[in-house]
Amino acid sequence: MHSDSAAVKKSIRTYMMVGLALLVFTGITVGANQFHFGVPVAVTVALIIATMKGSMVASIFMHLSHEKKWIYGALILTVLGFLILMTVPIFTTLDTIGQHVPAIGGAAAEHSGH
Amino acid sequence: MNIPYTVEERPDTGLTNGKLGIWLFLASEVMLFGALFSTYIILRTGAPEWPHGELNVVLGAVNTVILITSSVTMVMAWATLKLKDWAKHRLYLIATFVLAGVFLVNKYFEYKDHFDKGETPAHSTFTAIYFTLTGLHGIHILGGMVVMLYFLGPGAKLWQKNPDQFANRIEYTGLYWHFVDLVWIFLFPILYLL
Repeated sequence: MHSDSAAVKKSIRTYMMVGLALLVFTGITVGANQFHFGVPVAVTVALIIATMKGSMVASIFMHLSHEKKWIYGALILTVLGFLILMTVPIFTTLDTIGQHVPAIGGAAAEHSGH
Repeated sequence: MNIPYTVEERPDTGLTNGKLGIWLFLASEVMLFGALFSTYIILRTGAPEWPHGELNVVLGAVNTVILITSSVTMVMAWATLKLKDWAKHRLYLIATFVLAGVFLVNKYFEYKDHFDKGETPAHSTFTAIYFTLTGLHGIHILGGMVVMLYFLGPGAKLWQKNPDQFANRIEYTGLYWHFVDLVWIFLFPILYLL
């Protein structure tokens, strides 16, 4: 964290510019929504813009662009955990819950008439 | 007894205890919202049809602008403290508090409109996840407002006693506040636009 006055004054300009950029990106997100793209394109565009905005908030406002390694370490673990959570929906399409699976020996018993 | 490493950095981590603490808290918050985002994906991909255009995009966009502006005022509240400008710090912190309040008032009108139309959380899968995500986010906004109110009131005394520690506390509050803004940056497109 830079604490001397000159560095803070320089940062203030950056904060204002980033704030303005975030507002412009919000306008673009809403504007792009008016074009009624197909769902895959709309999802991709909206999430790309949201990720760009989120990166700006994290790196500039939250000072992640110049943090200590302990913070990065904690965040790398968090990102790994977050990615695992995001893959959970994939497993819901692979499970067999609710589907009929015959018990072992069940099919043979049915054929023999018992 | 003084709490150690509130101003000076710990030699092993190179961080104050408060800063490491707030980042670990934010890491747990990422997992909390991550679990709900994951739930949203499961519900949305599993639904035969998903309502589109049921939410007020204008109100959602206005709330996005409000939260982004509040993030700028929050970081300015910290920067002006570093420049030892107490009056401007107060002004920026009050502005952040007011903007947070306006966000919640907008959300109240949005919720009221849904309830008037019978669109309660039990109405559909969409309203269930919508109220869960935005409700949890709203509670975070309220929590941030309580902290800001403390630093505008009794917590402000610390500035006279230990200005560096006070500036650090405002920085931690700011980190939390920017995280709340960051969550909304993702909530707005997935709930209002897609």
